Amino acid sequence: MLDCTPKELKERNSGGMINPAKTCQPIGAMYAALGIHACLPHSHGSQGCCSYHRMHLTRHFRDPVMASTSSFTEGASVFGGGANLKTAINNVFHLYKPDVIAVHTTCLTETIGDDVPSIIKTVEVPEGKVVIHANTPSYVGSHVTGFSNMTKAMVTYFAESTVEEKKEQINLIPGFVNPGDMREMKRLTESMGVPYIMFPDTSGVLDSPMTGEFNMYPEGGVTVPELKDTGNSKVSIALGRFASADAAELLNKKCQVPAVILKTPIGIKATDAFLMSLRQLFTTEIPKELEIERGQLVDIMTDTHYHFQGKKVAIFGDPDIVTGVTELVLSLGMEPIHVLTGTPGGTSNSISGSFEDNIRTMMEGTGIEANIKSAGDLFTLHQWIKNQPVDLIIGTTYGKYIARAEDIPLVRIGFPILDRSVHSYLPVVGYRGALRVIEMISNALLDRVDRDASDEDFELVL
Amino acid sequence: MAISEKQLQDILDQYPSKVQKNRRKHIFIKNGEIENQVIEANTRTIPGIITNRGCAYAGCKGVVLGPIKDMVHIVHGPIGCGYYAWNTRRNKAHSDDPTDNYINYCISTDMQESDIVFGGEKKLAKVIDEVMDIFKPKAITLSATCPVGLIGDDMGAVAKVAEEKYGVQVLSFSCEGYKGVSQSAGHHIANNILMEKVIGTSTEEKAPAKFPINLLGEYNIGGDGWEVERILEEIGYHVVSVMTGDGSYDDIKKAHTAELNLVQCHRSINYIAEMLEVKYGTPWLKVNFIGIQATCETLRNMALYFNDEELTKNTEAVIAKELSRIEPLIDQYKKICDGKKAFCFVGGSRGHHFQNLFAELGIETLLAGYEFAHRDDYEGRHVIPTIKTDADSKNIPHYMPEADEKRFRLKVSPERLEELKAIIPLSEYKGMRFDMAEGSIIVDDLNHFETEAFIKLLKPDIFTSGIKDKYVIQKMGIPSKQLHNYDYSGPYAGFNGAVQFAKDISMSFASPTWNFIAPPWKDQPLLEGKVTEEGVA
Repeated sequence: MLDCTPKELKERNSGGMINPAKTCQPIGAMYAALGIHACLPHSHGSQGCCSYHRMHLTRHFRDPVMASTSSFTEGASVFGGGANLKTAINNVFHLYKPDVIAVHTTCLTETIGDDVPSIIKTVEVPEGKVVIHANTPSYVGSHVTGFSNMTKAMVTYFAESTVEEKKEQINLIPGFVNPGDMREMKRLTESMGVPYIMFPDTSGVLDSPMTGEFNMYPEGGVTVPELKDTGNSKVSIALGRFASADAAELLNKKCQVPAVILKTPIGIKATDAFLMSLRQLFTTEIPKELEIERGQLVDIMTDTHYHFQGKKVAIFGDPDIVTGVTELVLSLGMEPIHVLTGTPGGTSNSISGSFEDNIRTMMEGTGIEANIKSAGDLFTLHQWIKNQPVDLIIGTTYGKYIARAEDIPLVRIGFPILDRSVHSYLPVVGYRGALRVIEMISNALLDRVDRDASDEDFELVL
Repeated sequence: MAISEKQLQDILDQYPSKVQKNRRKHIFIKNGEIENQVIEANTRTIPGIITNRGCAYAGCKGVVLGPIKDMVHIVHGPIGCGYYAWNTRRNKAHSDDPTDNYINYCISTDMQESDIVFGGEKKLAKVIDEVMDIFKPKAITLSATCPVGLIGDDMGAVAKVAEEKYGVQVLSFSCEGYKGVSQSAGHHIANNILMEKVIGTSTEEKAPAKFPINLLGEYNIGGDGWEVERILEEIGYHVVSVMTGDGSYDDIKKAHTAELNLVQCHRSINYIAEMLEVKYGTPWLKVNFIGIQATCETLRNMALYFNDEELTKNTEAVIAKELSRIEPLIDQYKKICDGKKAFCFVGGSRGHHFQNLFAELGIETLLAGYEFAHRDDYEGRHVIPTIKTDADSKNIPHYMPEADEKRFRLKVSPERLEELKAIIPLSEYKGMRFDMAEGSIIVDDLNHFETEAFIKLLKPDIFTSGIKDKYVIQKMGIPSKQLHNYDYSGPYAGFNGAVQFAKDISMSFASPTWNFIAPPWKDQPLLEGKVTEEGVA
């Protein structure tokens, strides 16, 4: 497995990727758009983009992912895709009747410079329906950037400030996480008694129940009136800086809704921070039930600390998720010695803030010497692991090749997970999510202990 | 179960008039009384219709080049295209030397905004340098994505410089996603260059064993190619090369040494088959290893072609042995499947091939179609001269080599060839329509609207298609099986494949999970009671 990867690390400076840890913007935009109720994402580009994104999202969620495409040909690429987009919008409204069409661009349409907002303006949109757009050039950022850009477009197109005094409600921007995570974030917020608008919200869309009927627009998703009302909220909480901060900041600029930017609440510390933030903003006490959940989590963490202390981990995936997971494993006493994201823009002094600096700050005082990299690839991660072995890898399905090559257990967290199911239904966020992650990690580590133990060392109780 | 023209029209009536006019030409109900039922295919998909189609890049890099295991495939473009065609298609590959196998690697130039503005040639050259430094492959392919053609990067020039620098072949494929109207354009682009630059570059003049063949259009999804090779080798054939499943650059170079070319997926590889015939005089045989009878027929056709007593004897012996082994296994599944109805919509050949397997299990195919086929795949190759070239197909280079003066050799006499053509499909494919039952529906480039409409009308018991449809169909309570990637199972080809397919399809029907869809409280009143003389108790 991966036998062509040498141990010897050589600097590569071409800017090319070998076994990437990211994909391109449009898929993130497509996923975000599915978090609007009765929205059909539309890919303005060649057919292959739409096909690939639908394929990939479907494999991760194991649920229908509906989206349309402008089906570019060479002619459209030369003369512009205006006619294709107009035809597409007309056909989609006629045939598939969404409330919203969310257009995202591709590298093709960005390169030829199609002016999507101008094209949209020339289309006759049926009464009560909306077409929105986000520019998502595939050659900038990653799928996380695309998610962020489409989330921002929701603010651009919908958010309006219509009340004198802001409402006692928050905007909850969940970031590029699973429907199961979004449900958990909502549950925590509800437990705190805080009214909220979550956007985008893919719960109920990409984890829709089996009823024997196909519903092109399942019940979930944030509605257009809710999106409009986001401009009237008292505050926006952006969970995960890379996927959510831009939309929150735009809401502040556009509708004077202050933004609170927090980590994706993976692990005890980030969940504490999220709840403390709600507590302070709404002067409401943390309910007993959440305190009990937290106590249960700490109980497990202390009871089983010897399973984790000092174990070396490699973590890769999307920056917001990796940041949360790194904090979680640190809170268990594990040593994340390789931490990598494929998403760029997170190096020191970058405008969007530094992924690398953030991770480094978390490591301070732990004495851990870690390899930390944004805009990295899995070839690099594999070479790091060859040089400094780990006990565990935490990342997406793509980690399974390295895990097999080096015979290291893999815990699957993040996007995409293509070879296991259920993951998108259950949270990794919140105290319950942390319990689940701890269970996954301990199962992986202890299964390995059992597998490797000699008969005389094989134990009933661990 | 046939549908009427009226029922079909009712579905089409829901379209806007322009769309209706277009889609009408892509659908027909099989009527054997009409000599030529013309279908429109390989034309533009209507924007917004929700198609299953992909792009030229997917057809070139994803389908044809990707499975060649011992070449490094570099994708020149933003990251997505390389990423999505990485380990997603189940084209299995094995190498005795694992360091000569790059199947699990994805290499992309990961173009950034500055590359779009200032050009990406330098970056591409650097990536080639790194690939040579790290992997030292014997050959490299470069595949273009949409922006490459638009910004005018000259990949060919970069490839040429690299070839001179490293002394290995660096092949450049201009398979930008917007070319053509589907994956099909990419197949053609890949075929052209493999033929022009790779096939025949080995100095080997004669295959080292008797009955040498190439297996074309077999991508080893789920191990299909391995099952076919197992059977062929047992009979006594020598497989020179497979294009391209578990394919090897070294083997493809020797493809000229075969005495016969087998064409499994007509759509994706018929160009190479035709070119091999023109250049080396090697005929091609349309084969089908999907289905037990189809496999037997294919093996017998091959034996007829080679006309060798021992080979024919071995063929019959292997068929007899395999049949006696698998028939009892299949029978148990037949009982579960018998009488069921299927829809079968796949890419460019499986939409046809798998109908055989369905029939063998007692399953009737009500509707079938292809995602990216041409008219000849539906109507038969005799229509090729009548297919009009439109603006989209004109943009795809049409390469045709000349006869190789040194190597061209008729493998059988012209007289014998004519005799054979009368009895076996040599250089011939009759198309899907030929085999379909009266009244069944044939749809080209089936879209989401039609998928729903036809399901509601015909209520199939199983719908074989791809991942984008799968859960749409299953939400309706109908099992759906991916025939692009076999739902992570396989092989489905050959004798063992038939058993595996029967088992998997039966599993779809036999699974108890479908029984839980309706909650038990749905058909039970909340309050239970009896009506007595005094009223409701």
